Amino acid sequence: MHGRRLRGLALTTALALALTLALVFFWAPNDQYLGFLQKIFYVHVPLAIVTLCGFIAGGVMAIQHLRTRDPRWDVRSYVAIHISLIFGVGVLITGSIWAKGAWGHWWVWDEPTLVSFLLVMLLYATYMPLRFAIEDPERQARAASVFAITAGIFVPINFAIVRLASSYVHPRTLSNISGNLPGRMQVVFYLAMASIALLWITLWRYEMTSKHATAQLRTLRRLLAGDDDEPAVRRSAAPSVSGVGGAR
Amino acid sequence: MPALPLHTAGPYVAAAYIVFVALILLYVAIMAGRLSRIERELGELTELAARGEREEQDDR
Repeated sequence: MHGRRLRGLALTTALALALTLALVFFWAPNDQYLGFLQKIFYVHVPLAIVTLCGFIAGGVMAIQHLRTRDPRWDVRSYVAIHISLIFGVGVLITGSIWAKGAWGHWWVWDEPTLVSFLLVMLLYATYMPLRFAIEDPERQARAASVFAITAGIFVPINFAIVRLASSYVHPRTLSNISGNLPGRMQVVFYLAMASIALLWITLWRYEMTSKHATAQLRTLRRLLAGDDDEPAVRRSAAPSVSGVGGAR
Repeated sequence: MPALPLHTAGPYVAAAYIVFVALILLYVAIMAGRLSRIERELGELTELAARGEREEQDDR
């Protein structure tokens, strides 16, 4: 049942992404100033927003972990942060490509939006080493949850500070200050947002399903071998789902 | 600022979308590797269970 739901979600995501790409290139008009280059906007900005929301979601799941002491919430938080980190790498690379095309530089250090996003990424880049540094799984999960909550609070604060910054170099989206999108562009932008959010959810479920299957296999191997003892824990940054109960 | 002509902007746009697709494909490929490991382990366990059942029948 789990797999069937994932298949449906994956198909919906693939269709949504295909539709978005078609609309980006064949329906949305070119920007007056940036021309065709502005098409990068439809992948870069939704990726950035979904990444930041993913980090916040990881923090919320970490709160649940500390509140309930249920290790499955730690796994969920880990997977959310893991996928957001991958998306974040995409944001940095697509942003650099856009900056090179639009401004002639791969990176602009006095642009608050870019630098603040890099700061968030550098902060989260320490999440995996932090986990790996702690051998005891329970302590590791607690420390990782505290980190995910603290960093998760930093994300919206950081975002708000950037919005308040006076620089208008970086195009603003979803605001009336500048760069307000005309009709068709807005439709495609929101569709791109939905598609990339769906992609994040699909990958999250995909990884959770894989972790769940691995845990079930481990339990099955133990039962077949007639070994009732818990297996020795290998040092790892990735938490494992304990027990056969749903890792959903 | 005049809009960049298509032949100048095209490679940048293509590069950005290729990076996006490549990242997703890389992730899916890594996950597919894990899935094939799970499949292999499942095969081993099925073999183990079948062997156990055969031994039980022989004992009887």
